[in-house]
Amino acid sequence: MTPFTYSRETDLAQATQHLAGNPRAKLLGGGTNLIDLMKMGVETPAQLLDIHRLPLAQIEALPDGGIRIGAMARNSDTAEHPLVIKNYPLLREALLAGASPQLRNMATTGGNLLQRTRCPYFYDPAFSQCNKRRPGSGCGALQGYNRMHAILGQSEHCIAVHPSDMCVAMAALEAVIRVRSGKGERQIAFEDFHRLPGDTPEKETNLAPDEIITAVDLPPLSSSARSHYLKIRDRASYAFALVSAGVVVELEGKQIKMARVALGGVAHKPWRSREAEQAMQGKEATPDVFRQAAEAALAGAKGYEFNRFKIELAKRCLVRALNVATAIA
Amino acid sequence: MCESPSENPPNDGRAEAPGQTRRQFVTRVAVTAVGATAIPAVMQYEAGATDAAAGAAHSGAVQKIDIKLRINGSEHALAIDSRTTLLDALRDRLGLTGSKKGCDHGQCGACTVLVNGRRINSCLTLAAMLEGDEITTIEGLAQDSALHPVQEAFIKHDAFQCGYCTSGQICSAVALLKEDHARTDDEIREWMSGNLCRCGAYTNIVAAIREAREKKAAAL
Repeated sequence: MTPFTYSRETDLAQATQHLAGNPRAKLLGGGTNLIDLMKMGVETPAQLLDIHRLPLAQIEALPDGGIRIGAMARNSDTAEHPLVIKNYPLLREALLAGASPQLRNMATTGGNLLQRTRCPYFYDPAFSQCNKRRPGSGCGALQGYNRMHAILGQSEHCIAVHPSDMCVAMAALEAVIRVRSGKGERQIAFEDFHRLPGDTPEKETNLAPDEIITAVDLPPLSSSARSHYLKIRDRASYAFALVSAGVVVELEGKQIKMARVALGGVAHKPWRSREAEQAMQGKEATPDVFRQAAEAALAGAKGYEFNRFKIELAKRCLVRALNVATAIA
Repeated sequence: MCESPSENPPNDGRAEAPGQTRRQFVTRVAVTAVGATAIPAVMQYEAGATDAAAGAAHSGAVQKIDIKLRINGSEHALAIDSRTTLLDALRDRLGLTGSKKGCDHGQCGACTVLVNGRRINSCLTLAAMLEGDEITTIEGLAQDSALHPVQEAFIKHDAFQCGYCTSGQICSAVALLKEDHARTDDEIREWMSGNLCRCGAYTNIVAAIREAREKKAAAL
């Protein structure tokens, strides 16, 4: 690790000031990704602002029936919270499908949102090409070993994927991210938070440099909504997704009243598929309809030398997630 | 990594002086290898010497921090470089070498310790983050001369071969039982997935945890 100064932040307003005044400062939550990247020499902050003790770890019910998850709530605490277990089992499933128990005890909501890609060409500075790490240097993955890489929304500048499971569930749950800076508070719809790579893959979110995530709000979900998170990976546990699907479905009899679909492991951001949702809207919940939805979701997919299998895998993953959620198969 | 922890370390009688532990010997050789400057390996690491090339263009200021860490019931005052991880503080500064450095990237679980009773990877945690917290390492599990029930179960079921991952496995299992995530063998396997064992002692690890769970249930 390159040298940095460490400060323990005890006040949110002060922390926003410290962040705004120092473009080379980074916020430290659980450290599971940042410390690792600092060891690799990918992240080289001059200052670490340790915000993990700020009073932002609460998980509480909102008057509208939703919940607010504090930015410093640990992934394990969120997964075990009674309100999450009762009202948002999709989020619990996604959280428990991610990382290991140790890492979930450390990882925070805010840190998980800002997790960086596990693309090996980004993660290891021994590779000279990475537009995300060194803008303009090229993409090592395009012609390299791209088995884990993107099939949707990618650009010729970057085919990295977002690694989070939690974020896939939050995309399907239409979460809202609350952020704070010296200028005040604002809210960001989940779909607008992460970015596609385009020609600036180094910019991964629409969070301003002086903003701190304070919480994630989940809107209320009908008690009749069914959901499922399905993660396909190389090992039975403790591995990043090849592909994953988070689905929420509300049925009226056999008819699909509402469906929300998000895919993981396929794009630079958690991939909300409105195409899949529209393909199911008002139709009967059958495996054929689910397959049509999957075809719609992956219609624009493009594979590379080693990851073409992910296109069909993502379709089957989505169909199975919908089958399980609606208890058809 | 294939020594048996229950036996004395091999000593061929040539390199090591009588009464010298293997760790003292290894440390001395490492210091000698540095040459005339004779900087201990610990100091060299803390000065970031290994990162010097990568860091020259970016580096911020080196910062020394005075912290107090509460470990296994005792308080330790340390002056550390801000970059020091909990794992390095334990092993290199406090001589608590039971916690192991496997991958140093949060992937293997050999460094697992308990912070306020919860398992974490000490390799990805800065020591400076933990002031005021209660840290428990493998050295702190036994009460007086009595081993922790999970330690006993690991010995009884031969839940290791080389032993390198064992302290992390045991710390993880102690937390697992407290979390009540060991109700079935499948659950044990899933919730121990953050601890890898290169020797593949998993079957016996599951058996040991199952027995510790049953004993704990019987004691309640």
